[in-house]
Amino acid sequence: MGVTVSQYLAVSALLFAIGVAGVLLRRNMLVVLMSVELMLNAANLAFVTFARMLGGVEGQVIVLFVMAVAAAEVAVGLAIVLVVFRTGETTNVEDVSSMKW
Amino acid sequence: MNEYALGQGLWEMGFAAAVPFTLVALSAMAVLLADLWLLPSQKRALPWAALAGVLLSAASVAFLWNEEATGFGGAIRLDRFSAFFAMVFLLGTGLVVLLSSAYARREGVERGEYYALLLFGTSGAMLMASAVELVTFFLGLEILSVSLYVLSGFFRQRPASAEAAAKYFILGAFASAFLLYGIALFYGASGSTTYAALRESFGSAAFPYSHGLLALAASGLLLIGLAFKLGAVPFHMWVPDTYEGAPTTITAYMSVVSKAAAAAAFIRVFGASLSSLQQDTSAVLWVLAVVTMTLGNVVAIAQTNIKRMLAYSSIAHAGYLLVALTAAGEAGYSSVLFYVLAYVFMTLGAFGVVSLVRKGEGGADAGAEALDISHYSGLAGRHGLLAAAMAVFMVSLSGIPPTAGFFAKFYVFSAAVRAGEVGLAIIGVLNSLVSVYFYMRIVFLMYMKEETVPVRGSRSRAGWVALAACVLGTLLLGVLPSSFARLATESIASIF
Amino acid sequence: MFLDYLYAAGFAIAGFIFLLLALWVGALVQPKDPSGRKLTTYECGEIPVGQPWSQFNIRFYVFALSFVIFDIETIFLVPWAVVFKDVGVVGYVEMAVFVSVLLLGLAYAWRKGALKWAL
Repeated sequence: MGVTVSQYLAVSALLFAIGVAGVLLRRNMLVVLMSVELMLNAANLAFVTFARMLGGVEGQVIVLFVMAVAAAEVAVGLAIVLVVFRTGETTNVEDVSSMKW
Repeated sequence: MNEYALGQGLWEMGFAAAVPFTLVALSAMAVLLADLWLLPSQKRALPWAALAGVLLSAASVAFLWNEEATGFGGAIRLDRFSAFFAMVFLLGTGLVVLLSSAYARREGVERGEYYALLLFGTSGAMLMASAVELVTFFLGLEILSVSLYVLSGFFRQRPASAEAAAKYFILGAFASAFLLYGIALFYGASGSTTYAALRESFGSAAFPYSHGLLALAASGLLLIGLAFKLGAVPFHMWVPDTYEGAPTTITAYMSVVSKAAAAAAFIRVFGASLSSLQQDTSAVLWVLAVVTMTLGNVVAIAQTNIKRMLAYSSIAHAGYLLVALTAAGEAGYSSVLFYVLAYVFMTLGAFGVVSLVRKGEGGADAGAEALDISHYSGLAGRHGLLAAAMAVFMVSLSGIPPTAGFFAKFYVFSAAVRAGEVGLAIIGVLNSLVSVYFYMRIVFLMYMKEETVPVRGSRSRAGWVALAACVLGTLLLGVLPSSFARLATESIASIF
Repeated sequence: MFLDYLYAAGFAIAGFIFLLLALWVGALVQPKDPSGRKLTTYECGEIPVGQPWSQFNIRFYVFALSFVIFDIETIFLVPWAVVFKDVGVVGYVEMAVFVSVLLLGLAYAWRKGALKWAL
């Protein structure tokens, strides 16, 4: 009756795919950042699911570490977006292309 | 706890394995804190403080050279392999700090954060090389990456630097997410994230088919993450832009340390733990190696900016590393170690020269970095030593004896031939021939052409010391390669 | 098992009814005079200035970051506190190291003036 492991994993894979699509298709750097976070959280969901499946807590502990890493990453990422906005007045990924080939 | 002395207890818990990178991290914090209370005139002490931290850590690695320890519940391991890579990272960091001492001041970024982040990045790289558990490896990778994201955007006022950071960050975070998902799948497939568990689960062919599929998917995701760090095609898009926009010394650091760290993690995961998947991974690696070498070398020909040319050259060198990783086996992996060591000297040297050359008087932007390849015309006439050093690095990068680059490539290609990858070795040699063209063009410009734009070399003594060390290392590895090759072989033997 | 769900559902329904009841009683007794400033957005008693999509002061970002650092600290502190007695001296020292690293970060933020509002 309950939700099975494969269903959780399907949701996790779906979230991951949405994240990948977001990074590849969206042009706003902030949305791209959010999509990356979504991918990390998809991995977190997979960790928790596997922890439940295996009956251990290791996976849950890993999630805490991933959250800390994600927080650090997003802090730096936002700062970089800010710097880009200040130097170029844009947050569009396509506008940030002064260097080519 | 009270039964034995505290030191003994800590030793048995494997804290020794953490000493080298802890020392680096501690000195990073010390630099960061010291900077807050230093007067502007005292900032010149910062690189020396950072260098002291590097030397301290190197001393600890030397002290623990013959030890083996596993610490933190089997998360990190100290053995000859991690010691070798720790030395490579510390060597690279030390040289970059020396080069930075003049460069950072001139460019107005001489701040505590700069050196602190360099050291934090190094501690992350060391953690990657000594991790024997996937999440610890991920943490190391992120410590290194986040430091580099900030460092590559360190020229906050310049759009190019901000752009470099933005591209590196977006693609880097993207790749990390793939890597993390791969780790999650490995955790699901083997029930643990330690490399030992991976070896147990997938070491024999007896694991269930479904787990095999899961492991293949996980390996693929992990490979994406590592290929990104390595700068391999098709995950190389960030390399040229980030290398061009980032501060030159940081570019040097990035190309050396993050590549070496990715290679170390790769060997630990795929070489030592997942050797049962070798057949499948080498097929992928073969393709990656060929396209990486070829694209890097061919596109490098068309470059006019020296940093960009060196960026494509570093992509090509990632390709040679991939040849060695495809060859696998102890011969293949020990050639990776030798290659990485040689690469530190020649690449840091080349970027070091770039960081020391500036536009001379007479232009509107006198004192700015001379980054166009044409600026190197006639350098030999004005700065003989600088041109000679650059020539040594170019010769070494193109793999001509008697330099480090020749033996590095020789070991790689002979390992490939021994592993039965003759085709790959031939493609590699052909690629090296192509690369001779664009490396020698620099030498040609420096020695055969007249000066077009007046340039001058920095007189920074620390920078010259670093360059001298790079030249010496490049020649030493080229003249006496066998003892270093033996060192590499011993280091590899410690993880199998 | 089923009874547990029933309890939970009962609480949920009771909560919902209470909410509606409170709103209804409020609507019953309050004087109605919808005019002027009363219709503007409530901003802690201040008169709202400009659109809500205005640019925020960069200071908010720095504060938010400092918050995140200590927010993350708690997700490690809570599991540690739960097993505090079992992990012993080593666990205590390890957490002390962790907290002191974070304190270092706070000292850095403080010294850099990130905790001051003034520009």
